[in-house]
Amino acid sequence: MLAQSSLLKFIFGRFSLDAFPIHEPILVGTFIVVATGGIAVFGAITYFRLWGYLWREWFTSVDHKRIGVMYIVLGVVMLLRGFADALMMRTQQALAFGSSQGFLPAHHYDQIFTAHGVIMIFFVAMPLVTGLMNYVVPLQIGARDVSFPFLNNFSFWMTVGGAVLIMMSLFVGEFARTGWLAYPPLSGIAYSPDVGMDYYIWGLQIAGIGTTLSGVNLIATIVKLRAPGMTMMRMPVFTWTALCTNVLIVASFPVLAATLALLTLDRYVGTNFFTSGLGGDPMMYVNLIWIWGHPEVYILVLPAFGVYSEIAPTFCGKRLFGYTSMVYATVCITILSYLVWLHHFFTMGSGASVNSFFGITTMIISIPTGAKIFNWLFTMYRGRIRFELPMMWLVAFMLTFSIGGMTGVMLAIPPADFVLHNSLFLVAHFHNVIIGGVVFGMFAGINYWFPKAFGFKLDEFWGKVSFWCWVIGFWFAFTPLYIMGFMGVTRRLRHFDDPSLHIWTIIAAFGAVLIFIGIAAFLVQIFVSILRRKELSDLTGDPWNGRTLEWSTSSPPPPYNFAFTPVVHDRDAWADMKEHGYVRPLEGYKPIHMPKNTGTGVILAALSVVCGFALIWYIWWLAAVSFVAVLVVAIGHTFNYHRDYYVPADEIVRTEDARTQLLASGA
Amino acid sequence: MQISVDNPDSARVFYVKDEHEHAEGGSTMLGFWLYLMSDCLLFAILFATYGVLSANYAAGPAPKDLFDLWTVALNTTMLLLSSITYGFAMLSADEGKQRSTQFWLIVTALFGLAFVGIELREFAHMIHEGATPQRSAFLSSFFALVSTHGLHVSFGIVWIVTMLVQVQLHGLIPANVRRLMCLSLFWHFLDIVWIGVFTFVYLMGMLR
Repeated sequence: MLAQSSLLKFIFGRFSLDAFPIHEPILVGTFIVVATGGIAVFGAITYFRLWGYLWREWFTSVDHKRIGVMYIVLGVVMLLRGFADALMMRTQQALAFGSSQGFLPAHHYDQIFTAHGVIMIFFVAMPLVTGLMNYVVPLQIGARDVSFPFLNNFSFWMTVGGAVLIMMSLFVGEFARTGWLAYPPLSGIAYSPDVGMDYYIWGLQIAGIGTTLSGVNLIATIVKLRAPGMTMMRMPVFTWTALCTNVLIVASFPVLAATLALLTLDRYVGTNFFTSGLGGDPMMYVNLIWIWGHPEVYILVLPAFGVYSEIAPTFCGKRLFGYTSMVYATVCITILSYLVWLHHFFTMGSGASVNSFFGITTMIISIPTGAKIFNWLFTMYRGRIRFELPMMWLVAFMLTFSIGGMTGVMLAIPPADFVLHNSLFLVAHFHNVIIGGVVFGMFAGINYWFPKAFGFKLDEFWGKVSFWCWVIGFWFAFTPLYIMGFMGVTRRLRHFDDPSLHIWTIIAAFGAVLIFIGIAAFLVQIFVSILRRKELSDLTGDPWNGRTLEWSTSSPPPPYNFAFTPVVHDRDAWADMKEHGYVRPLEGYKPIHMPKNTGTGVILAALSVVCGFALIWYIWWLAAVSFVAVLVVAIGHTFNYHRDYYVPADEIVRTEDARTQLLASGA
Repeated sequence: MQISVDNPDSARVFYVKDEHEHAEGGSTMLGFWLYLMSDCLLFAILFATYGVLSANYAAGPAPKDLFDLWTVALNTTMLLLSSITYGFAMLSADEGKQRSTQFWLIVTALFGLAFVGIELREFAHMIHEGATPQRSAFLSSFFALVSTHGLHVSFGIVWIVTMLVQVQLHGLIPANVRRLMCLSLFWHFLDIVWIGVFTFVYLMGMLR
């Protein structure tokens, strides 16, 4: 009997049938919905025999454009999950007053707010940002792909691997109940002995490897693969912000990896880094995690700033105001983002001088950011503004984000922070800058570059519905949080005693419903646009009268991006080309050197997920086997020396002739 | 590439007609440098952690009770010698001497193995004395820092073995020389980190 149970323990670790939450009706219901949806999608793909196509053309693709699109799809899918969490929290807080306990038990509610934060940052905002950078940057600099195309595919699949583990925690075991940054000692083994924290750790580690490598990749791409003539100060601002963001990624994600690794040692080996006994120091974790965490928010918002800096000149029909100051502001923010981490925990009690230093550096960041806002405003001044969807998002961003920035400066004042720390005011502030800055920027970017990626514009009516619901919904959802925060209500509460607060949580829930309609309208917008793609189609490749190189090629661009590498003479290279009578070359094509697709990235990421799962459930043999398998596959991959091929000249002739005919038919 | 990019008088040329081949792997060295810098940050965090926790003995053993500078000196010698021999391997690779490159790679790997072996022996000795990673925050941070370095060296040895096979299979083709260059950066980088460990952990530890 004993031998049998120890054998089972060896094979399955701590995994057992109890891991399936069959006693929690909400989870069972969710599982049924997800499973039905999953089976429907799976069935449809099988029915239409799309697996081969998806595998060959997408999953194994090393084309930066396809990888970019897949990143954005991942971000949108995970947005639905993250937002479902948000709706549940808003509903719970609107219900749980006085004698009512709402519908979520504490055990479940704590997992939801943790999952919401983790998913929204790591698996919504990051994939959207990385996806846009992946898609746009090589096109903007006149390159044919990124520096390391295979690594790009691998990075994407590692991000997916992390997302898979996080999603798995919903139905197999549970998720962390610690808040999105998992401070010890709560996240230590003594207070979180279950698998939730381990899902958190391994999900983030696996995704983090992908993020770091994609950062290395994009820096190398921007430094090495710019078209001739594109000096640093002729780079489009989006490329500049992408460069700075990727520098931040490479300089901060290793910190996250190391910090989580130390926490892992505490949990698995019993070391004493962040424990309360034997010399451990929990506050060191808080310092370390924010040394990653603060740059992280700039990793997200800088590319959004870049998107706005592309949209403003395009839709105002003139050059960006203050290009140089925009670049310097971006670089300043990049550097300053490393000097402010302590403002997340002024209440740690590090003393007046330390708090003053970090308070002042934090306030200083508002100067370059303010400069950017003025640059966009002055770009609009006396411009011929076209209020297309991307431009609307830009204006909404400027109004919303400025207020978020100002509340940020309030929080940067240490004495004020002692009152507002960990209150709903803080929650309102960071949603104000992340939704108002990053999310609006991503919607602006998706609306702006969608026609480039697919050859037709997005439907304007549904885009406007989505826009207004998001913007109004945002203010309904978060103004009450500002107010409650001022009144001293802390974050992460599951239940309220004071009935006078009830009205605010109801208003906030109403706002969340509006945002829900906004998200639904966005999905409808994509669906309707696909149906109406003939009417909305753009044959020129330049639907907005754009100014940068990505608009000089066809929509969607051919796999090789440019038949001839462009030569750059000025900022806004494409506007310059149009101004100086550029004529598209029609002959003289040469074979183009391109990387081959490979399935190794998918395999490596899948093995990593298996390894992560085994570590979470203490299935040591499986962890060892899958880890060795990762090494073997990775080393095996390096034995393949034939990773590229030539696109033959006649294929390029065919592609380019087709474009010539399209252009002629449009004219 | 000779294109008159900035001359406003000449008619503007907007695309490269005669594109010559981009040298394959032109970004590899930069990319690998960037990766090394990210690795460097990982070590920076471990050093910082050690800096914060290195005096938290929790009434357990302190550096003076544990470290034997002669062992550490021997270990350091192994690693420094392995760096020199890797240098010889690269010199041979530059001259296109395949046999000699492989010979020096094997010597490097042996020195690396000696280093890892001595380190493991030191660890075993410490654990035997009760100075386990669980004993105090000082020991946790010591083991984390030193064994992360040791793991890197071990991976370096796996990489050397891989390169031995690949050089045997394909000779000193440009792709292999490029990989040897990356491995060279990696190996010397580990040396530099070790000098930090040696100074900061062992020498300074004995001064406490």
